[in-house]
Amino acid sequence: MNRWAFYIPLALFALFVGLAGYQLTQPKADEIPSRMVGKPLPAFELPPGRADGAPVTNAAFTDGQPRLLNIWATWCLPCIAEAPHLESLKEAGAPIVGIAIRDTQEDIAAFLAEHGDPYTGIAIDERSSVQLAIGSSGVPETFVIDGQGIIRHQHIGDIRERDVPLILEKLREAGE
Amino acid sequence: MTAEIGLAALWMAAALCMLQFIAGALATRSEGNDIGALTRPAAIVQGLLALTAFACLLWLFAITDLSVKLVATNSHSEKPMIYKLTGAWGNHEGSMLLWVAVMALSGAAIGALEKRLPERTIQAVLAAQGAVGVGFYAFLIGSSNPFERLPSPAAQGAGLNPLLQDWGLAFHPPTLYIGYVGLSVAFSFVVGALITRQVNPDFARAMRPWVLGAWVFLTLGIAAGSWWAYYELGWGGWWFWDPVENASLMPWLAATALLHSVTVLAARDALRTWTVMLGVVAFSMSMLGTFIVRSGVLTSVHSFAVDPERGVFILILLALYIGGALALFAWRASSIAEGKRFAVASRETALVFNNIMLCAILGVVLLGTLYPLMAEAAGDRVSIGPPYFNPVSAVFALPMFAVMAVGPILRWRQDSARRISKGVIVLAAVGVVTALAGALLSDAGILPILGLAFAAVIAVAAVMPLYGRKLSRTPMATWGMVLAHFGVAVALFGMASESGFSKETLAAVSAGESAQIGPYEVTLEGVEPLAGPNWTALEARLSASDGGDAVILRPQSRTFVQPVQTTTESALLNRWDGQLYAVLGQAAGDGRWQLRLWWKPFVAMIWYGSLLIALGGILAAVGHIRRSRRRKALEVRLAEQEADLLLVRRQEEAMA
Repeated sequence: MNRWAFYIPLALFALFVGLAGYQLTQPKADEIPSRMVGKPLPAFELPPGRADGAPVTNAAFTDGQPRLLNIWATWCLPCIAEAPHLESLKEAGAPIVGIAIRDTQEDIAAFLAEHGDPYTGIAIDERSSVQLAIGSSGVPETFVIDGQGIIRHQHIGDIRERDVPLILEKLREAGE
Repeated sequence: MTAEIGLAALWMAAALCMLQFIAGALATRSEGNDIGALTRPAAIVQGLLALTAFACLLWLFAITDLSVKLVATNSHSEKPMIYKLTGAWGNHEGSMLLWVAVMALSGAAIGALEKRLPERTIQAVLAAQGAVGVGFYAFLIGSSNPFERLPSPAAQGAGLNPLLQDWGLAFHPPTLYIGYVGLSVAFSFVVGALITRQVNPDFARAMRPWVLGAWVFLTLGIAAGSWWAYYELGWGGWWFWDPVENASLMPWLAATALLHSVTVLAARDALRTWTVMLGVVAFSMSMLGTFIVRSGVLTSVHSFAVDPERGVFILILLALYIGGALALFAWRASSIAEGKRFAVASRETALVFNNIMLCAILGVVLLGTLYPLMAEAAGDRVSIGPPYFNPVSAVFALPMFAVMAVGPILRWRQDSARRISKGVIVLAAVGVVTALAGALLSDAGILPILGLAFAAVIAVAAVMPLYGRKLSRTPMATWGMVLAHFGVAVALFGMASESGFSKETLAAVSAGESAQIGPYEVTLEGVEPLAGPNWTALEARLSASDGGDAVILRPQSRTFVQPVQTTTESALLNRWDGQLYAVLGQAAGDGRWQLRLWWKPFVAMIWYGSLLIALGGILAAVGHIRRSRRRKALEVRLAEQEADLLLVRRQEEAMA
C-alpha cells in the first residue's frame, strides 16, 4: 500500500476535531426558547393532514388574523394530554393550525376521531424540516403567530389547563 | 476527613501515573537502562490509590455527607441506600472518577499479571496507559473535583434525576465505562506494540482478553441502556438512534471487528496493520462517545450530563491521544511486516469481509450521528432518524449476517467450496423457507422478514461448528463463539418480530371499560394514588386476559418529590411468546384515563440474545486465558525436561 494512505485516518480525524471545535465555540442553537420568536415564519408548503384537506403554506398566516400553530404528532403521549386544552382554546375562539410530525393521514384521522379535532387546518411534516426551521425541538409545542405571519410567542411542552389564559392573552396581544 | 483522604489519594495516584508515563517513555528511548522497572510498581500502587479515592466517594454518598458539594447536588438523605450509592456515579465528576479508577486498576492488573510480552513492550504499554491516565487525572482534579467541599454544609441534598433512579440505569453507565476503559487498555497495547515494533501473535494473545472483556461489558451496557429506555421512557421502543445511543453502539461495532481481527492475528498471524488500526478506532469511538455525551454538541435525551466547557477539555484530550496514535500509526504502519497470506476461500476471508461490513456500519452510524453537526456548520438544521439508519445499515448488515453464518464452518487458510457446499445448501434452504413462510403468513415489511430469515439461518449456522466434534473435547472458546453467534440469532429474531408484528393501541377508558390489544383484552379496574419512599404515584389496576385467567398489571405515573419530576412506570406482562406493555397516561377529565397498550411478540428475545452474546464472550475469554496458562505451564515443563536431559547428558559425559 502507498505509505501516504496511512495518513488518511489522521487527516479525517483532524477534520472532525476542527469541526467539533468550531461547533463547541458557537452559541448553542438548541437553546429554548426559539430564536425565531419575533421573526416571520420560514417559507414552507406542506401536504394536507386530512384526506379532504388542502396543503398548508406560510402564506396562509399573513391574512391579518392571528393564529395558533400547534406542532404535534399522533405518536406523542403528551399530545393526548394536551387535546382537551386545545379544545378549550378552540372554544375560546382561537384558530389552531396543526403540523403533525412524521405522521400519516390514517393515524391523524384515528387520533382526531378519538381525542377531538380542534384544528382549522392540518399539515404533515414528514421529515421534521418545518419543525426545525421554526425552532421547535420537540412535540408538542405551540406558537402564537400574528396576522403578518410573525412568530410572537412559543409554548414548549404540552399545554396544561393553567396555560390556557396566558396563551389566549398572547393571542389577543398579537392581534393588536 | 474522608473527602480529604480521597482527594489526597487522587493526587498521589496522578503523580504515580505521571511517573509511570515518564519512566515507561524513557525506557523505550534507550536500550539497557533500568528506569523502565519503575512502571510496574507505579501502575500497581496507582491502581490501589485510585480505588481508595473511589471508595471514599462511595462512603461520602453512603453517609450523605452534605458538606461535600457533589453529594449535596446529587443525593438526598431520603433516597434508598442503593440509589445513594449509584448516585456516586450518576453525575459527571463521580463518573469520571469511576472511569479513572477502573483505568488505574486495569493498569495495575497489567503491571501485576502480564508476563507473556517482552518487558520493553509492557513498559511501552504502561507508558501509553499512563499518558492517557494523566489527561484524565488533569481533567478530574482540574475541572471536575468530586471531593470539593461547600463553604457551609447544605441543609438537604438536591436529589438524583428521578429518571436515573432505576436498577437498569444504575448499572448501565458503569458497565459501559468498564467497556470503554477496556478499549483504552487495548489501545495502550496497540501503541506499545507499535512503538516497540512487536505486532505479532503474542501481542494479539496478550491483548485479546482485554478486548473480549471490554466487548462483554459494552454488550451488557448497551443492552441495559436499551432495556431502560424501553420500559422507563414509556415510548414502547427499544432503540431510537439517539446520538448518545449511537455513541455507545459505535465502540461496540469497532470492538466487535477488533475482537475478530485480533483472533485472526493470534491464530494465523495475519491482519497485522488492520488489527492495529481497529485498536485505535475502537478507543477513538469510546472517547468520541464520551465527548458527545458530555459536551452537548449534539442534542439528545441524555442532555442532563451536558457542559460545553468540559466538551472543550475532552476534545483536547481526544485530539492529543487519537491524533497522536493516528500519527504514530501513519509513521510506523508501513514498517509493520506483512502477516501470513491466505486463500480466497478461507475463514480469514470471511472474517475480513465481516470486518469491513462492521466498519461500514460503523461509518454509516458515525456519518448519521455527526451529519447534523456538519449540516449545522453549513447553516442547515436537520435531524437524522430511523428512515436513514435502518435501511442504510441493513444494506451492510444483511450480507454480514450471510457471511457470519458461513464463516465458522470454513477452515483457516484454505478451504474448498465443495467441502462446505452441503452446509451452505442447508442454510440457504432454512433461510428461503423462513422468508417464504414469513411473507405468506404475515403482512410484515421486507426488513423484518429478512431479519427473521437470517435469524433462523444464523441459529442453525451457529451450532454447525459443533457438528462432528466431540462435545466434551470442544475448546471453551469455540463454545463461546457458538453461544455468542446463537445469541445474535436470538436478538435478531426479537428485533425482527418486534418491528414486524407489534400491535399498538391508544385508548381512553373509564373504570370497568376495556380495550383489545393483540390476544389480550385489557380492562381498567381503577386508578389509585400510591406513595413510595421519595415519590407519589397514580397507579392503574388493569386486568389483562387472553381468554384464560386474568392477570393484574399496575402501570404508574410517578411524581418525584426531590427534584420534582413526573416519570412513567410502564407495566409489563411477560409471556413466552411476547410482552404486553401498558403505559398510564393523563386523566381525560371526564373520568376516562389514557392508556397506551402494546403487544410485542418475542420482544424480550432482544435482551436474552444480548445476554447470550455477552455470556459467549465470557466463555471465550476464560477459554483463551486458561489455554494460554496451560501453554505457559507446558513451556515451563518442557524447559524443565530439557534441563533435566542436559544434566543427565553431562553426567553421562562425566562418567565416560
